[in-house]
Amino acid sequence: MKILTGQNLASGDVVWWNGQSWSLHLFDAVDVGEHGEAIAATEEKALRVNVPYVVEAHATPDGPMPAHIKDRIRAAGPTVHPALAIHPELPILKTPSEAKARSDV
Amino acid sequence: MYKYDSYDQTLVDARVADFSDQVARRLSGEMTEDQFKPLRLMNGLYLQLHAYMLRVAIPYGTLDSRQMRMLGSIARDYDRGYGHFTTRQNLQFNWIKLEDTPEILAKLATVEMHAIQTSGNCIRNISSDQYAGAAADEVGDPRPWAELLRQWSSFHPEFSYLPRKFKIAVTGAEQDRAAIQLHDIGLQLRRNEAGELGFRVLVGGGMGRTPMIGHVIRDFVPTHDLLSYVEACLRVYNRYGRRDNIYKARIKILVHEIGAPEYARQVEEEWAHVKTLGLDPPQAEYDRIAAFFAPPAFETGLPQGIDRSDAGFAHWVDQNVAAHKAPGYAIVTISLKPTGGIPGDATADQIDLIADLAERYSFDEIRITHAQNVVLPHVRAQDLRPLWDQLVAAGLATANLDLVTDIIACPGLDYCSLANARSIPVAQKITQRFADPDRQRDIGELKLKISGCINACGHHHAGHIGILGVDRKGEENYQLSFGGSAAEDTSIARIIGPGFSEDGVVDAVEKAVETYRGLREPGERFLDTYRRVGLQPFKEAIYG
Amino acid sequence: MDEDSRMIRFRTDAPHDAPATPLADFLAGGNATAVRLEPADDARALLPHLGRIALVEVAFPKFRDGRGYSAGRILREAGYAGELRAQGDVLVDQLPLMRRCGYDSFAPEAPIDDDALTRALDRYPDVYQKAADGRSPVWALRHG
Repeated sequence: MKILTGQNLASGDVVWWNGQSWSLHLFDAVDVGEHGEAIAATEEKALRVNVPYVVEAHATPDGPMPAHIKDRIRAAGPTVHPALAIHPELPILKTPSEAKARSDV
Repeated sequence: MYKYDSYDQTLVDARVADFSDQVARRLSGEMTEDQFKPLRLMNGLYLQLHAYMLRVAIPYGTLDSRQMRMLGSIARDYDRGYGHFTTRQNLQFNWIKLEDTPEILAKLATVEMHAIQTSGNCIRNISSDQYAGAAADEVGDPRPWAELLRQWSSFHPEFSYLPRKFKIAVTGAEQDRAAIQLHDIGLQLRRNEAGELGFRVLVGGGMGRTPMIGHVIRDFVPTHDLLSYVEACLRVYNRYGRRDNIYKARIKILVHEIGAPEYARQVEEEWAHVKTLGLDPPQAEYDRIAAFFAPPAFETGLPQGIDRSDAGFAHWVDQNVAAHKAPGYAIVTISLKPTGGIPGDATADQIDLIADLAERYSFDEIRITHAQNVVLPHVRAQDLRPLWDQLVAAGLATANLDLVTDIIACPGLDYCSLANARSIPVAQKITQRFADPDRQRDIGELKLKISGCINACGHHHAGHIGILGVDRKGEENYQLSFGGSAAEDTSIARIIGPGFSEDGVVDAVEKAVETYRGLREPGERFLDTYRRVGLQPFKEAIYG
Repeated sequence: MDEDSRMIRFRTDAPHDAPATPLADFLAGGNATAVRLEPADDARALLPHLGRIALVEVAFPKFRDGRGYSAGRILREAGYAGELRAQGDVLVDQLPLMRRCGYDSFAPEAPIDDDALTRALDRYPDVYQKAADGRSPVWALRHG
């Protein structure tokens, strides 16, 4: 699936397109199909988002999961500061075994 | 240290008004992001992974308690209670809102601070030796010239749209604590045979994608010619630096492609012209600035011995305290590298404590080092113990200066939109693996540096052990390199072989350390043993 | 609104209306009095001819390409007193720097807001370094 992300112009918060507006939460992101670029252009011009771009993601039971680790970290927050992360529970690493190895440390 | 006069203050205030206007025009949509980006970068404002990041300038790494407290208060009021000290002696706030930036910059301006030119394709913060004015091996304090260069480079009309960023470092000692051979321009204060004061000028050093060591292009420039000479260096770069490829746009590429002798010749030619323009300030201006850097009123007849009966205190003195040129004084390094911590980070409370300690014990002067630690440059030996007690209480007494856990690490993929991999968790794991202080002391000096991408902000090319995080098929992978150095014996580290997982690279580092311990001769650091025996024994131990 | 009507000038003489000849053609001969420099052109090639040039137009195809700032200063340092025009991707925030480098006319591709321009030009009461605009740097004011 393809989802749309960007940052709020005034605050810098990472945001995700939920079909009508921009949410702080990855789990609100909707599949934009092939319309991502067009939506991004409209929203950016209207100053409702800054630097938007399309993200490849997988559908999972817990919601969309970005294919690239950078976007997973954008969605979660800094992994080294869980208290400051918006979604510290989000799995960053790809495979369950990697996630388990991390939690063993 | 330098204090603004009304001219300096007016200019910083004008810049705040200028940028506030630009922010308003961005928020209203009058400016696109493309038009705004170079302007916000020239005011130190990045758009990073989670928020805007503001990089506050700490000119040549020197500040006082009042300025430090302002940084603490901005951390509390506009950020999330902490700041991050960088490899160019600046401070970064990670959670800034664009709409707050005008107010933040206005507050910084009230204590003579700013974020001018800490990013962008312009001349950046002039960095220097964190022991300047205190070290015994100094020819002279380089910071008056760093201040002259700061003013000369600020809002320079010809050099605000260079091919790429431009970094200058200045030292005044034999020992290079400012990595001058790895800067676009490195300046070493020295005396010629006639005893006159001047600078050896190196150009074309740098890390990033293509690390290179700077070339000496002029062995001696008299101090009163420094600014016109540097102006000539910059003009040649602005005119002829590559603009077709941002990865080939630094001056090191120009010097490499045309050769250092040809670059030096072009500079001489330009300088012959530029010298006639009257760009160099008069001696009176140098004297005015130098007066701010006069040594503090050191006491004499002070006791020099200290009570070493507490082993923890004694270890900290041995590791983190350096000799001062004034008898009875010492240079203290406060480590921001606790076990399991984030290298270079300090909480607002720690920042405030350091401000108090500097005011009380160090003539109100603080330095930031390019290794992301803090220095109190002028501490009386008799005050070391009470100082240490307070550092212990605040978690700031890690006795690991230049040891394996004194890691330089960039923010990496946890924070930085340019990164390919996380760097901080690797640093945390390594400090935990080597947490035992006795083990660290036994290993001795080992400068380990970690970058989360090829831009090398963690200076991994200059690490005795360097780690580079890469993206390998969408996953984080780490390349290990050995043999780099940013000191007088500057060398570029070399990759040792295939990359590792995060845990794998920590194991590999441990194997490298054990190999060193097995092969070392008396007095050899890791770097020395590696240079003597070569890579083979290490490769065998690591890759089997 | 074409580029001519967007032109911003700080000269009192009449605008030079001959088209600017590309540098290579200018150097090949003829009696052109207006010449155009692209970013990669060497401004010093004009030094022997300054006496007969009334207009030098320096191209700024992308505002990030700062070579024109050096070109401007070089010409003024050589004594060129004619019109020095920045043409192209010239934005209000770069104008004050260009003025300092000797530019006295501007042909921006996109219109520049008058109020923003006035604010930008009046913003900095002092300057830290000597450039091509004759303003005294702060160090000169400090020491008379």
